[in-house]
Formats: sequence, C-alpha cells, structure tokens
Amino acid sequence: MVATVTSLGRSGLHDWIIQRLSAVIMLAYTLYLTYFVISTGDVTAAAWQALFATTFMKVFSLLALGSIVMHAWIGLWIVSTDYMPKLAIRMIFQAFVIIMCLALMIWGIQILWSI
Amino acid sequence: MKFSIYRYNPETDKKPYMQEFDLEVPEGSDMMLLDAMLLLKDQDATLSFRRSCREGVCGSDGMSINGKNGLACITPLSSLKAPIVVRPLPGLPVVRDLVVDMTQFYKQYEKIKPYLITNDEPPAKERLQSPEERAKLDGLYECILCACCSTSCPSFWWNPDKFVGPSGLLQAYRFLIDSRDTETDERLADLDDAYSVFRCRGIMNCVDVCPKGLNPTQAIGHIRSMLLKRGV
Ligand code: SF4
Ligand code: SF4
Ligand code: FES
Repeated sequence: MVATVTSLGRSGLHDWIIQRLSAVIMLAYTLYLTYFVISTGDVTAAAWQALFATTFMKVFSLLALGSIVMHAWIGLWIVSTDYMPKLAIRMIFQAFVIIMCLALMIWGIQILWSI
Repeated sequence: MKFSIYRYNPETDKKPYMQEFDLEVPEGSDMMLLDAMLLLKDQDATLSFRRSCREGVCGSDGMSINGKNGLACITPLSSLKAPIVVRPLPGLPVVRDLVVDMTQFYKQYEKIKPYLITNDEPPAKERLQSPEERAKLDGLYECILCACCSTSCPSFWWNPDKFVGPSGLLQAYRFLIDSRDTETDERLADLDDAYSVFRCRGIMNCVDVCPKGLNPTQAIGHIRSMLLKRGV
C-alpha cells in the first residue's frame, strides 16, 4: 500500500472510477452541445442564453464542469508523479493545479448562477 | 558479425561506453546470442554478464538486445540484424556492464507476498485443488522473474519503488486466484492505492517482451476487476 496525500480520490480504484465516469459525462456534454449548435442553425446570443437558463442545462453544465476539474486533477497529478521527480517542482505544480481546479469550479458556479 | 556492447565499470569508468566486437560466425549457424557473447568474453575477459541455465529457465540473462528486452540464451543470432547492440536492462542501476542491481525488482516481488497464506485448519494430508482450480494458475506460475517485462515498462521506470510492475502483478494475481489462499481480501486491500496496480497504462510492452509468452497486462486487468468487485 502506497500512501498519497495530494491525490483526489481515497484509493487507486476511486481515482480510476472517477476518471472514467467524468470522461463519460464530458463526452455526453460535448455531444449535447454539438447537437444544440447543429440543430439550432443560427445560434444567437438569445438562443444561447435561453439554453443555459433551464435548470436541466445548469445542472448538466455544473456536472460537466465538476467532471473537467476532477479529471484534470487526477490526470495532472498522475503526470506530475511520473515526470517530476524533484519534490519542490512537483509540490508547486500540484498546488498550482489544485488551486486552478478549485478556482475554475467557483468561477463556473458564479457564471451559471448569474444566468 | 559485428557487436556493439555496453560497457561500464563504475570503479574505473567516468561514464558508460559502447565497445565494438567482431566475431566469425559460420554460415547457417544456429548459435544463440549467449553462446556468441561467451566467445566475445574469450576476446575480452573483462566483459561481464549473468547467465546460468543457458536454456531460458533461470532468468539470469535478461538484457536489451537491439532495443528489445529478452534472454540472450534463447535468442538465435540468425533472428538479429547486425550490428547487434546489447545493453543492460533499462531502468535499473548498473553494477557492471550488463549486470544490473535487481533490488527494486525483488522488493516489489516481496511486497505482493509471493507465497500461499492459509488461515484455516491444516488438512491431514494436503490442500487439494480440482483440475479446474489448478488450471487457473496456468500462464501465471511459469514466470521466471527475468525482469524483462518490468524493465520495459515506462510506469516502472518512473516509479520503481511504488508501482509493483508487470512481473510482480502477474505473481500477485497468481496468488489472488489460488483456491487454497485465504488472504484474497487483504491482498487486494494492499494493492488498492494510486500506484501499485493503477499505474499500469496498458501499453503492453510487458506482453511484447516476455520470453515465456506470458500476459501480465491481462493479469493486471483481472486484478482491476477484482478490486472493482470488492470496492463497488
Ligand atoms: S501494460 Fe502495464 S505493466 Fe505492462 S508495460 Fe504497459 S504499463 Fe507496464
Ligand atoms: S512475466 Fe515474463 S518477462 Fe516478466 S519476469 Fe516473468 S517471465 Fe520475465
Ligand atoms: S541463462 Fe538461464 S534464462 Fe538465459
């Protein structure tokens, strides 16, 4: 058993499942947005606004945002533990990623809230 | 036939270098690379490498042959393109020439507890297995611990102290599915961290090089399913 502190999940399995689930959600979100853009034809600001005004889209967007953030955290954490053997560099990088992920999440909620 | 062989003696050399050799190989010879290297050792007695059984059983002479890990004793010269470039197994510290320090590899092997653990009453005679239960160990027990797979695995290069590696995981699975072993759950608990199993990215370098034709990637997949069943 290897102990880890800065990883997102509690175990390797936990991270692994989050990684796959979040990928599925991001794919669904991308497909849905693509479908919207194609089926709408002329995407005006009003149409865009109306799309995001629904509760469904707000929840879906939040889910997708959460997925992006978790996916990035896990993925970049793995990259850093593979390719950054120097402790100081790894720590700074991980701190940067974690702060960016949290900031993006808060920012996203703020934007969705204001629609 | 031309050879280019990695040489390094940490006591006298500042850094490793490649030494060129030339060997007269009769046309149509079925000589193995190990035989050729023993002849090269006659030319230069300081050339160091490990070997023992010379028939693919002991796992001593794993090395990088023309860029691919394998056992010199079962690699026919006729299958190789000259010049034959021989280097030590990648990723492990070099003790001398083609001799590497296998400590990290063995430590991972030790970690997975490569022995049967049974907590139930010992039977009067022996612990029996049905032919079906025994068949589950095929493709696993044959591993000779040559380290060709683990030292070809990038995940093992980056984290040899944390990622168990293909060889160790193949053995871990060998004991996980042994019907006589009673520690399955504890074994799985020991593997469920971010490194031990989950660093495997499924590149299958291990499968590509295994001289015994084993499939560590598949075993790792089975372990992952067992972890999934246990955790979900
Ligand atoms: S399949 Fe997994 S264990 Fe095998 S070489 Fe690739 S990463 Fe390593
Ligand atoms: S799995 Fe194959 S390559 Fe790996 S140590 Fe065992 S015999 Fe060698
Ligand atoms: S010398 Fe024993 S495996 Fe090659």
